[in-house]
Amino acid sequence: MSKIIELKNVNKWFDKFQVLKDIDLEVAPQEKIVICGPSGSGKSTLIRCINRLEEHQKGNIIVDGTELSESTKNIEKIRAEVGMVFQQFNLFPHLSILDNCTLAPIWVKKLPKKQAEEVAMSNLKRVQIDDQALKFPGQLSGGQQQRAAIARALCMEPKIMLFDEPTSALDPEMIKEVLDVMVDLANGGMTMLVVTHEMGFAKEVADYMIFMDEGKIVERAKTKEFFESPKSERTKLFLSQIL
Amino acid sequence: MNLIAKPSKENIKTYVPIGFSLIFLSLIDVFANAFFNLNLMAFLPSQLSYFLPLILGFIGFYLIRIEFSGVRHLDLLNKNINSNNFNALLTLFTIFIILKSIPPMLNWFILDANFIGNSKDDCTGDGACWVFIKVWFNRFMYGLYPDTEQWRINTAFLILFVIVGISFFVSEKLKKYFILFLVFIYPFIGIKLISGGSFGLEYVESAAWGGLSLTFIISAFAILFCFPIGVFLALGRRSSLPAIRYISIGFIELWRGVPLITVLFMSAVMFPMFLPDGTFIDKLIRVLIAITLFEAAYMAEVVRGGLQALPKGQYEAAKSLGMGYWRMNALIILPQALKLVIPGIANTLLALVKDTPLIFVVGLMELAGMIGLAKTNPKWLGMAMEGYVFAGLVFWVICYAMSRYSQNLEKKLSTER
Ligand SMILES: Nc1ncnc2c1ncn2[C@@H]1O[C@H](COP(=O)(O)OP(=O)(O)OP(=O)(O)O)[C@@H](O)[C@H]1O
Ligand SMILES: [Mg+2]
Repeated sequence: MSKIIELKNVNKWFDKFQVLKDIDLEVAPQEKIVICGPSGSGKSTLIRCINRLEEHQKGNIIVDGTELSESTKNIEKIRAEVGMVFQQFNLFPHLSILDNCTLAPIWVKKLPKKQAEEVAMSNLKRVQIDDQALKFPGQLSGGQQQRAAIARALCMEPKIMLFDEPTSALDPEMIKEVLDVMVDLANGGMTMLVVTHEMGFAKEVADYMIFMDEGKIVERAKTKEFFESPKSERTKLFLSQIL
Repeated sequence: MNLIAKPSKENIKTYVPIGFSLIFLSLIDVFANAFFNLNLMAFLPSQLSYFLPLILGFIGFYLIRIEFSGVRHLDLLNKNINSNNFNALLTLFTIFIILKSIPPMLNWFILDANFIGNSKDDCTGDGACWVFIKVWFNRFMYGLYPDTEQWRINTAFLILFVIVGISFFVSEKLKKYFILFLVFIYPFIGIKLISGGSFGLEYVESAAWGGLSLTFIISAFAILFCFPIGVFLALGRRSSLPAIRYISIGFIELWRGVPLITVLFMSAVMFPMFLPDGTFIDKLIRVLIAITLFEAAYMAEVVRGGLQALPKGQYEAAKSLGMGYWRMNALIILPQALKLVIPGIANTLLALVKDTPLIFVVGLMELAGMIGLAKTNPKWLGMAMEGYVFAGLVFWVICYAMSRYSQNLEKKLSTER
């Protein structure tokens, strides 16, 4: 099967500090990959490289057939195809939830306003907050805000969704409502890269698990194998701490 | 043992009436003294009668200071102006000073002032000579603009006010066009109307413009232009392109480092020397450019403050949705940043309006300048006080209105909770 994301020998430094070391990763369309690992291991940096919120210094990143580099002209076009959900939601506080969802479709994809609103409402319905469409982000609970952020990303009709610890800033009772939405999305066939420590979610939807430590991919395995017979000692230790 | 019981809920029925009576007595005494020059306590030794209002008021305030009295207004009063002995004293002093200063002010402004007449000789009272303002009013408003042509200034401003007025009532969609018209088209219509030179309108050179209308013209144009320039400079200073960043920094620091009065002087006197022969830029335009660029540098720093206050996540979210630099700034970053710094923007614009009198250094005279001219008229010597009080009032009204507007805007745009 052709790959929608390819990382070859990717290296990245923050000044002298190397965050990513020789990362190789391939993702096929509709695959769901969960990335876990200790804090500071470079998980966020890795997925942020995929929509070039961070720049890598060595190696190749190819997203949907386009190589990301300094000379990439249409980085905006790639980003429009890659949705991203952040730990801190990052909704636009000066706009209503509906406007949060229609802004990029109108201004980036040039959708007529009416059509953008229809798309937005159907996505808000999908994450079950269509009744909150006219409120402002500050008026919503954390779980509702994160679902709105997911809807906002979906409105661009992305081919790939990146999640960077989407539930880490949420109270326990709100985590489930966000995970439910993500499971629904996964079942719908979306290509997903998810950084999370929610191992229940990982077991339910992930095709592959990736374990990172100190900037390296230590282990990449089918989900079942990963949890039942991890190869590396480092992975075993991590799993024993987290499960 | 306390001689008298501490004020509390038990003795509220006796203490509060006595307390208020004492305060009332003390105020009456000061009032009579200030307004009618009466000393109600003259029968007492002079030192005592002098301090008596203070002592009475102080005791009164002590007696009514009942915590949790249950009477809403009393609690409110105590909390705000009578929370402890020191605050009670401050309250008394404040009231005394106000009472004491009202009569002389009243006398100067109104009771002893002269309103009727046409010359300085008609001012016989001890108070203000408002005749001065009345006689010169036309000049204060229009400068040296010819009397017969003043309808043009009136019309220009009237049209402006009418359009602004209507734009408040039309629908959001129409409003956009109104604002575009006001910002991009009307300024040129208005200026053409006032300067003339075509359409059968007599040409009036800008040196003749002056008074309050010039204050408005300069302020309006400077505000209109300094705002976008300031925004671009602020963005430029945060740009990742070194050339743009250093140009912006250099520009901002240059203009911020020089006093406005120097800038104005250079714009009017030195700048023409560098122009090729035969080219001529109107002095008013040169001054306008100088003020605009000067204030734009300040505006840039205010806006930059707002840009810096936005979390990085806002930029990342915008980028991750596929927005480029301009869309991100126009749709996400600037709306939030500008909203954050409305008080700072208002501050800068108020300063701009109040800086306009400085154009006197190049011989242009807006309101304060005209007053400066009028007070040196041999027939009207000694009118500085009236003139500058008048100018102060006018500027205050303008600036207060702007300040209120900015506060309303802030409230209207607030989306928090
Ligand atoms: N902008 C930056 N400048 C310098 N160092 C950075 C920057 N961003 C991240 N780092 C460093 O890079 C390393 C990896 O960071 P990253 O955020 O990718 O880790 P992570 O695996 O996502 O950790 P966490 O689970 O805490 O989110 C960390 O040591 C961090 O301190
Ligand atoms: Mg992280």
